Amino acid sequence: MLKIKCPICGNRDETEFSCGGEAHIARPLVDNKLTDKAFSEYLFMRDNPKGIFLERWCHTSGCRRWFNLARDTISHEIIEVYPIGQMPKTAKGKKSYQANWRRRSKAEAASKPAKRIVK
Amino acid sequence: MSPKQSHRLRANSGAINRQKSVQFTFDGKKYTGFEGDTLASALLAHGMHLVGRSFKYHRPRGIFGCGSEEPNALIRVIHPSNAEPNLRATQLEIYDGLVAESQNRFPSLKIDFLSVNSFFARFFPAGFYYKTFMWPASLWMFYEKFIRQAAGLGRVSKDHHDPDRYEHKYAHCDLLVAGGGASGLQAALVAANSGARVIIADEQSELGGWLLTDNNFNIDQKPAMDWASNVIKKLRSMPNVSCLVRTTVAASMDDNFILMAERVTEHLSIKEAHLPKQRLWKLRAAKVILATGAIERPLIFSGNDLPGIMLSSAARSYIFRYDVLAGTRAIIFTNNDDAYYTALAIHQAGGFVRCVVDLRDNPKSQIITTLRKLGIDVRTGHAVTAAHGTLHVASVDIAKYDTENGAPTLDAVHMDCNFLAMSGGLNPVVHLHSQRKGRLIWDDRTSCYRPENKSDEWVSIGSANGTFQLGRALSEATKVASSVITKLTSENKGIMLQETIAIPQTEENKQNWTPLPVWLVQSGQPYISDKTAFVDFQNDATAADIKLAVREGYHSVEHVKRYTTTGMATDQGKTSNINAIGILANTLNKSIAETGTTTFRPPYTPTSIGAIAGRNIGSLFAPVRTTRMHSWHKANGATFEHVGQWMRAWYYPREEEDFQQTINREVHATRHYAGLLDASTLGKIDVKGPDSAEFLNRVYTNNFATLPIGKSRYGLMLKEDGMVFDDGVTTRLSEDHFYMTTTSGGAAGVLAWLEELLQTEWQDLKVYLTSVTEQWSVASLSGPNAKSILKACMSEDKTVVDDFPFMTMKDTFIAGIPARIFRISFTGEMAFEINVPARYGLALWSYLMRVGKEFKLTAYGTEAMHVLRAEKGFIIVGQETDGTVTPYDLDMHWIVSKKKADFIGKRALERSSMNEPQRKQLVGLLTDDPNKIIPEGAHAVLDPDQKMPISMLGHVSSSYYSPNLKHSIAMALLKGGLNRKGQTVYIPMLDGQEPIKAKIVDPIFFDKQGDRLRG
Repeated sequence: MLKIKCPICGNRDETEFSCGGEAHIARPLVDNKLTDKAFSEYLFMRDNPKGIFLERWCHTSGCRRWFNLARDTISHEIIEVYPIGQMPKTAKGKKSYQANWRRRSKAEAASKPAKRIVK
Repeated sequence: MSPKQSHRLRANSGAINRQKSVQFTFDGKKYTGFEGDTLASALLAHGMHLVGRSFKYHRPRGIFGCGSEEPNALIRVIHPSNAEPNLRATQLEIYDGLVAESQNRFPSLKIDFLSVNSFFARFFPAGFYYKTFMWPASLWMFYEKFIRQAAGLGRVSKDHHDPDRYEHKYAHCDLLVAGGGASGLQAALVAANSGARVIIADEQSELGGWLLTDNNFNIDQKPAMDWASNVIKKLRSMPNVSCLVRTTVAASMDDNFILMAERVTEHLSIKEAHLPKQRLWKLRAAKVILATGAIERPLIFSGNDLPGIMLSSAARSYIFRYDVLAGTRAIIFTNNDDAYYTALAIHQAGGFVRCVVDLRDNPKSQIITTLRKLGIDVRTGHAVTAAHGTLHVASVDIAKYDTENGAPTLDAVHMDCNFLAMSGGLNPVVHLHSQRKGRLIWDDRTSCYRPENKSDEWVSIGSANGTFQLGRALSEATKVASSVITKLTSENKGIMLQETIAIPQTEENKQNWTPLPVWLVQSGQPYISDKTAFVDFQNDATAADIKLAVREGYHSVEHVKRYTTTGMATDQGKTSNINAIGILANTLNKSIAETGTTTFRPPYTPTSIGAIAGRNIGSLFAPVRTTRMHSWHKANGATFEHVGQWMRAWYYPREEEDFQQTINREVHATRHYAGLLDASTLGKIDVKGPDSAEFLNRVYTNNFATLPIGKSRYGLMLKEDGMVFDDGVTTRLSEDHFYMTTTSGGAAGVLAWLEELLQTEWQDLKVYLTSVTEQWSVASLSGPNAKSILKACMSEDKTVVDDFPFMTMKDTFIAGIPARIFRISFTGEMAFEINVPARYGLALWSYLMRVGKEFKLTAYGTEAMHVLRAEKGFIIVGQETDGTVTPYDLDMHWIVSKKKADFIGKRALERSSMNEPQRKQLVGLLTDDPNKIIPEGAHAVLDPDQKMPISMLGHVSSSYYSPNLKHSIAMALLKGGLNRKGQTVYIPMLDGQEPIKAKIVDPIFFDKQGDRLRG
């Protein structure tokens, strides 16, 4: 069982957390011109690399805050924990971010912050 | 009178307490042992070796080891109310009144019908079951019964109830020392002196490890065990140290998460009520030192599994620790120096050592000369090529042996005996290291796999590290513990390494720790086969099985392990693993290092299911949630159903009423007069903050931005894939404050999903979510008389009831209780959902029932609620939907906003596959026979007479009898259902019943215009 350092609560057992899967999947803006196939890259396709993986986790049975972490899927070593909305800071984490196929996907290109509807 | 302990020694040097006799029963016969005995040592004291039959061939098997490495002596303990199988006799401490029996035999140990398997051994090779029962598959059903009876280890109680209590304990420490032998004690002492919080755990009944058995050496000028006793005393006195005995470190997992199984009361005849039987420790250790010692490996020759054949170290342990001489006419078979000390011990204990057979050609240690001087026959360059006997070893063949070519060079000499002790060298116990994916290195000097110490989190020392010599092991323990503490010091201010640490000095015999690896001794005789040369005693795997596996093309060590079952199951290859790899390597003409090794899996020894479950059984298995009105429901005869963790009132049967009659009465009363439902379990989320409207607009398919204050709106929530996730009514309390309701079962999931969106997707939105499910009690009042009842209950302004439009909310008082009343309906009747602070729930409910009496108010449960909503065609998320259903499939196009720029699931709903005309769509079904109720989950077909496999049209999601329509009604999800209204479908039934015929209709069966609802 992993020991995970929640950015708010500190070291806790893995059983207190839930894993939210791959991090840095940007949501395409709704008035995009994506084909169904390009949109499915956002909706369905998830990475499963051997090596460094950037994941989202939530401290479900604790403070309930979401955060990102970089984990080595071979050794289970957690390389860094960093806030949602930010980029990894370690060299390994940065490399993993850049190397991900998603950086070159149409779905990611079609994402930007949602427009406000209610004033 | 119990039988005499014929094999108990006069000398009183061991750890047993001669002052205290212990009575126990084995296989129905009474025996006497001493306090401190294990079942194995007590049986051996009576000269009993035979304690079980083997797993596959039902061969007679005897006590083979002296601890957790025992593969044979698995026995069953009978308690007053249950029985426990597969306990190791070598670990089971006897107590007054212990009742044990042997396993795997029928009808008795000495005569076992299934031992004929042994004569047919040539028909039971490796992979036998795979080969024999591959074809035809249908016959497996026939074979299975017989195989299951013949195979398997032990039997569980017929009555599965376990009366004992097990507990879990959570702990943290700076250092765990696994193993309480010399190295472990020294490491713990060094660490403890630095102030670190240390736990030292050992599976045996006392700390001391091998020192409990071998007292042939001195440490710091004192007998070794005196040194150990001093260290143990010191450790026990220190507040920062916990010494755990009878505690197996069973599993080592990521980040030093450790599972330890502590046997608390199993060895006591009187088990104190406040103590659990076992305690499962869930430990997080900063660092771990593995001082788990080593296990001797057997030598592999024909007949090596006969009772009376034992590991040399075990034989010595029984002499020194338990004062038991296991055999009086002994042969010693070895490839190393260590077994000579066993020969010496047997000789000194009064036994007759017939011969020491040493595979090595010309060993030169002092001990060999010593033995020869005592007149003991030592034959070097020889081997025991076979052992003979029926229920016990009676004789052996000894021959001059050429280890280079693996064959005897001269004819064998026959020698009678009643005991054989063998030693094939030592295997470090690397299981815990291996569980963490630690690598193993083959060491040619000691002929064993030892751990590669590369991790920062754990390290192996002493015998577990291949350092077998005591002096070196103590020095290693001191150095390694110091460096571990130095690392901890940099992380923890409370720990400071003591400057001067003395390494204990030893005086011990010079011993050559290099065994001569001979993995398989060939008899050289055509009539003696290696089909009885056992490698894995517990799984009945032989040298012949391994060779056969190679011939059949299995060359990887992992494949051979699985094909032959060597090293698997509860034993985890403790005595067998390295021998199996050795034989495999020889057969493949490879080195052992090239052949590689398999991975040891947790747990180290079997951990009982009871310990794993702990207190999380029975009513503590899952928490039950009840509403504040629960006591009223109980008092009024409600039957309950579980909805998630909630216990909800299902229906309230009166005397003589059956289920359907009750439902019909409750439904009828609600449609004609008034009904009251406990709706407190509805999920409730308080949504607050300046961006609340914007947020709700993005998570619901319909528009919430325009919702006026005081108004309610039904909303449908999708996941990003466009599938229906939840539904509920949300009300605007003020400009920036909403009150959201969710399904009872979905509340936690909805809150988590909304939190996720706010924290990860829309961090810019200022919205706060609070779960208020348990802060509000809700009574749902509906029916034609609902308005009158509410009016009669209002404590202040009764006129608010008159001006109370559909889908609005009033913040008011009822019976003096502050209340939020919503005019919303799930029954299709005029209805009010009355929300009061939770603690007033029972008061509100009782008051409503009292006032409502003259208006014929009836309490109804969840089943009547289902019927009422189904009559109206209202869906239940999770019943009509299953994560593959879109709003369009539910014919709810009206709820999906076309104007909104964005909401969760919007783009997915535009995918081409979402508009396939053949998607399953929600329709109603009316059966031809009004009294026939279709089973929920049944499948519908167009033509019941078509050939198999029948093409399915869809399934029935809800089905009830409607007392208002006097007709059964159902909802179904059918392919292209929206365009099939008016068509006839058939629902095939099980058990040869006629298919049910039904017509596809609109799912709204009652009051299609909704006049009753709006009032």
